[in-house]
Amino acid sequence: MTSMLKIKNLHAIVEEKEILKGLNLEVNQGEVHAVMGPNGSGKSTLASVLAGNPKFEVTRGNILFKDRDLLEMEPEDRAREGLFLSFQYPVEIPGVSMVNFMRAAVNEQRKYRGEDPISATDFLKLMRDKRDLLGMDSQLVNRSVNEGFSGGEKKKNEIFQMAMLNPQLAILDETDSGLDIDALRVVAAGVNKLQTKENATIVITHYQRLLEYIKPDYVHVLYAGKIVQSGGPDLAHELEKRGYDWLINP
Amino acid sequence: MIEQQYIDLFTQFREELDAHSVKGMNQHRDAAFDTFRQIGFPTSKQEDYKHSNIVRTFDTDLGLNLRNIPIPVNPYDAFKCDVPNLATHLYFLINDRYYDRFQPEEKLPEGVFAGSLQRFSELYPDQFAAHYAQIADYSDNGVVAYNTMFAQDGFVVYVPKNVILEKPLQLINILRGGVNLSVNRRILIIAEENAQVKLLVCDHTVDDIHFVVTQVTEVFAGVSAQVDVYELEENSEKVTRLNNLFSEQKDNSNVVTSSITLHNGYTRNNYRFRLLGQHAEAHAGGLAICDKEQHIDNFAFLDHVSPNCMSNELFKTVLNDRATGVFCGKILVEKDAQKTMAYQNNRNLLASDSAQMFSKPQLEIYADDVKCSHGLTTGQLDEEALFYMRARGIDKDEARLLLMVAFTRDVVDMVRIESLQERLTNLINKRFRGELMRCGSCNVCI
Repeated sequence: MTSMLKIKNLHAIVEEKEILKGLNLEVNQGEVHAVMGPNGSGKSTLASVLAGNPKFEVTRGNILFKDRDLLEMEPEDRAREGLFLSFQYPVEIPGVSMVNFMRAAVNEQRKYRGEDPISATDFLKLMRDKRDLLGMDSQLVNRSVNEGFSGGEKKKNEIFQMAMLNPQLAILDETDSGLDIDALRVVAAGVNKLQTKENATIVITHYQRLLEYIKPDYVHVLYAGKIVQSGGPDLAHELEKRGYDWLINP
Repeated sequence: MIEQQYIDLFTQFREELDAHSVKGMNQHRDAAFDTFRQIGFPTSKQEDYKHSNIVRTFDTDLGLNLRNIPIPVNPYDAFKCDVPNLATHLYFLINDRYYDRFQPEEKLPEGVFAGSLQRFSELYPDQFAAHYAQIADYSDNGVVAYNTMFAQDGFVVYVPKNVILEKPLQLINILRGGVNLSVNRRILIIAEENAQVKLLVCDHTVDDIHFVVTQVTEVFAGVSAQVDVYELEENSEKVTRLNNLFSEQKDNSNVVTSSITLHNGYTRNNYRFRLLGQHAEAHAGGLAICDKEQHIDNFAFLDHVSPNCMSNELFKTVLNDRATGVFCGKILVEKDAQKTMAYQNNRNLLASDSAQMFSKPQLEIYADDVKCSHGLTTGQLDEEALFYMRARGIDKDEARLLLMVAFTRDVVDMVRIESLQERLTNLINKRFRGELMRCGSCNVCI
């Protein structure tokens, strides 16, 4: 098994408060991991640290991404190396069209790999194919990035971008929040289509609902900045039935 | 007193001034001179000039080309457009003189005049008298008084009733000279009933000396007329530009102006709009991109005289390094101007810690059934948007650039010439990439 991600004893702070307190996690190629946990346990901090959000500071521990030191890499280089974060709260960028945004992102990735910029025809075809995959309104991609999108449209747009960039490691941060059941199905189906033996996915979620559609190989419970329990898919069901309490106060 | 040398100069060279100009312009000099002697140049003690000390720019030895000594330049060679499908009628002012050795080959529609102000005063004496110096009020503006004293020529476009000029006109102002110069030019735009005209005015500097430029533009929009005036400044850092545009609108007329400051030294743009007729619309846009020690001061005054009119102002500033920006937006809704809609927006982006922005909205409303709003923000680039873009693999500098260009988008969208929108977007991109350091070739022809 080829290692995708190795997190060892990760400590991270935001605004001088320690949120992650010694987190360990290993993800290999071809695997789907679910990270669950109650509010405030550090789930989104983990996602932000992995993507390189400058607001978060790692104080101890290390992270290897494809056997390279992730924490040494700028956020843009992490993305070009194939790491993708689907944001819990996608950002609106008025004045930057989805088309220009995606073209810039795709071409930066290609440049990093030493490839020529994508041709206009290929780019439009790629946009169309991936848009269809997510059943997105053709008008959305002509608008400014996330501007005026509904909650559900924003989440679909995240997975659309993921499809465009075809990452090796996708981190889905609360992708199910704000989605109705139909949108959830579409988004999950999109994620499942993108999952292969070569890449890996980390699904961060509060509820078990999303895991009905995206089947994890492993489930981890994050509490107070640490993984307190790991198991197979059954663990998610047990959490659904019993809540988190039995793990937190045994 | 800084003004004294100009008072002496005017008295001493009055005959020369007149001899190289025309009667129509000469007859306004005395009254302007009287006012100038009383009020002088504005100083920073005056509220409206608090952040722009323009009087000091006159405190150097400036020459005036009163005898109209020809300046050797062939603007059409020097400023050849490299863009295919050149889509404008092109005219040149060298400093403050109309360049008559080049005329656009294409004929303008019957009755339209575009060219030298001097020539216009001879061919259309009545039109000239009815418009020249009629709304460019200098009673409280020493710069306009100074301009009226010394201006000898300029550019005019006159579009008679029911004539629509499809193709935009383009006026290129070129600054040339061997010694520091005071340049005083006039522009007159007359659109009669149902007439339509679009004018793009581009400012360029060729020589690396100090220029102090005063420019006074008068815009007359007749009933149901449409007038667009786009001003694009790409001057050198040694240029002081004191620009005053006055616009008067009749019923159902529509005026769009936009002042795009891409590269400059020290600039003050005054805009004064009077909505005299009912159902008139004025749209005033402004965008300035400044860095190093550059200074931009945009002052817009919208006077709603009549009911049922609409005005919309959008001024944006991007400041880097130690640049300073000033914006003042005055809206006056007079007693009878019921059902007025007046919107004002001023958005500023500070890209460095040492850049400074001063902004002041001023609303005076004397009618009770109106819709007026103003918004003002000064801030930095959105850190979350930056991170979002970086998380998609976009380089930090590229992400900053995309956000800065995005910031300018809605001002460019106000421009009603599509090819100019594209050209502007291109130039703005170049400006932010640092590829537009100094003018000298024609970047602007559309």
